[in-house]
Amino acid sequence: MNWVGAVVQGVLVGGWYALAACGLSLTFGIMRLVNIAHGDLAVCGAYLTLVLSSALGLPVGYTLPLVLPIAFAIGVALHLLLFGRALRGGPLAPVLVTFGLSVMIENLLVAGLSADPRSLDAGRLALAGVRVTAFGSVITLSWLRIAGFLTALAVLGGLHLLLARTSFGRLVRATSDDLDTARLVGVRVRPVFATVAGIAVATAALAGVFLGMTATFDPYAGGLSLIFAFEAVVIGGLGSLWGTLLGGVTIGLVQQLAAQWDVQYTVLAVHLLFFAVLAVRPQGFFPASEPEAA
Amino acid sequence: MTAGTGGGAVTAGTAAEGRFAVRRWSRTASVAAAGSVVAVAALAGVPYYAGTSAEQPLVTLFCLVALASLWNLMAGFAGLTSFGQQAYLGAGAYALYAAASMGLDPFAAIPLAAAAAGVLSLPVSFAVLRLSGGHFAVATWVLAEILRLAVTLAPSAGGNTGVSLPGVSGYDALLRQALTYWWALAVAVCSVAGVYALARSRFGLDARAVHSDPVAAASAGVAVGRTRRWAYCLSAFGTGAVGAVLFANTLYTQPGSVFGVQHSVAMMFMVVIGGIGTIEGPILGALVFFALQQALSGYGPWYLVLLGAAGIAITLFAPRGLWGSLAAPRGWSLFPIGHHISGTS
Repeated sequence: MNWVGAVVQGVLVGGWYALAACGLSLTFGIMRLVNIAHGDLAVCGAYLTLVLSSALGLPVGYTLPLVLPIAFAIGVALHLLLFGRALRGGPLAPVLVTFGLSVMIENLLVAGLSADPRSLDAGRLALAGVRVTAFGSVITLSWLRIAGFLTALAVLGGLHLLLARTSFGRLVRATSDDLDTARLVGVRVRPVFATVAGIAVATAALAGVFLGMTATFDPYAGGLSLIFAFEAVVIGGLGSLWGTLLGGVTIGLVQQLAAQWDVQYTVLAVHLLFFAVLAVRPQGFFPASEPEAA
Repeated sequence: MTAGTGGGAVTAGTAAEGRFAVRRWSRTASVAAAGSVVAVAALAGVPYYAGTSAEQPLVTLFCLVALASLWNLMAGFAGLTSFGQQAYLGAGAYALYAAASMGLDPFAAIPLAAAAAGVLSLPVSFAVLRLSGGHFAVATWVLAEILRLAVTLAPSAGGNTGVSLPGVSGYDALLRQALTYWWALAVAVCSVAGVYALARSRFGLDARAVHSDPVAAASAGVAVGRTRRWAYCLSAFGTGAVGAVLFANTLYTQPGSVFGVQHSVAMMFMVVIGGIGTIEGPILGALVFFALQQALSGYGPWYLVLLGAAGIAITLFAPRGLWGSLAAPRGWSLFPIGHHISGTS
């Protein structure tokens, strides 16, 4: 195997981690919610796509205009029903409630759709690749991975613009900076937070769709997805979207480089890197300089 | 904070309204303590008069009581919700395997296995305690995943297929089960009594202060980091003992199950449903969980959906849990840990 190829693949795979992580980073940065069910919601997105594409007979890509609004609505509903209450219920409540939600989602999926591993049919995109020659070595890149990476960039860029440039973003930043003052000047906090939760779940569902197209998934895949997403957030620096991208890319790189040595050690290498970062540089590599960078 | 660290009633002075007293103990508490001693003595005799059919379910129940109390030591007192205590469950089990493989008697090695889990938790605590809340929870989960993968990839530790406990063939089956039973009872009693003693000590006061508001606690002179570290490491030590006892009970352990997050689901459920931050709550929660497990585990995923839903509902709508909702309005306290102020005039 070649090292240049591993680096390029690592960066592309890292895009997926960033996509899976950005919703987690967003809800924590803005409303201090660590959603333990984030990975399970991503897996729900994959299942929703699977069910819709087989029910409507549509290719996976064409179901996205349905899947993403549904995921957004689920996020809004979860905030109005659970997260909002949990955030008012003291420091332990959000952790306990979202953990309970995670257990419920996993087992509802098992009960409704069985525990068999599934995957999403990406059609022609799945097998198509492009051969690139770089530094004297030939690398084969899958279009699916490239599409995943570009989607992650687009989502992160879009979120950045939304938060930095729009009036909604200003409301979000104000609320995130100082909840009480924002309320005092007339911000209606509940709809703002509910929208953020909706966006977070929609990005999770999108990550789930890419997960389903590049690998198999089962109802228990949410746990590992959450852990990877969380590691990307912590390695990148809590509450910083661009840090999350770099954290995701770091994970992708470590994983691909460890695979050069022995495929068995890829996941372990990522977890050990996470612990090393936590011990040596707990603020992450690219911490948010200001809370508004969210 | 100075009054009533001992016990009994302390007459704390004359306020304008009259005299008042701070009490920590009560007649109910004396009765409960005496009743507990009698109950433990009766349970200790079970191998003599009830036999193995009663021992097996009770070992499971004792382990649940211990796990719930130890999780509550972190979550209920120090404000640390860990989803990774299964790391120490497995560490205890595999430390017992290592000790028994070296020729030590497995039952004598259970304290060693617990100590191994406790020792492991100390360096880990320096990494995971940098985080709090949900981040702490997921970081501890990552530790459990690291141990699971490490054991799975190590052929000398049995790999994915797991290991059997060596050194038990010399024991008569009846004696082996009785010894396991007594160890389970001892671990449960020590966990509950230990958490009770800790909660009533200066540490308990510090831990609850850290739980309520870490910044305010620090400004009042509480060593926040040290308090959390003690809670985390002591909980790991006890959980390691439970892991060793469970291994001695089943004689077989496998990384996929012992390091599974379902143990954390159980711990959270027991503590939340019973009553977080009390001594009685986790015991009650363990009884409820045990009963549900016996009655409903045949329903597979639906049973776990119910556990998750119950955990959410209790957290949101009855955060004091079953025990807190029953006892607090009536002023019941079997194992009092707080201070009670009453007028004496």
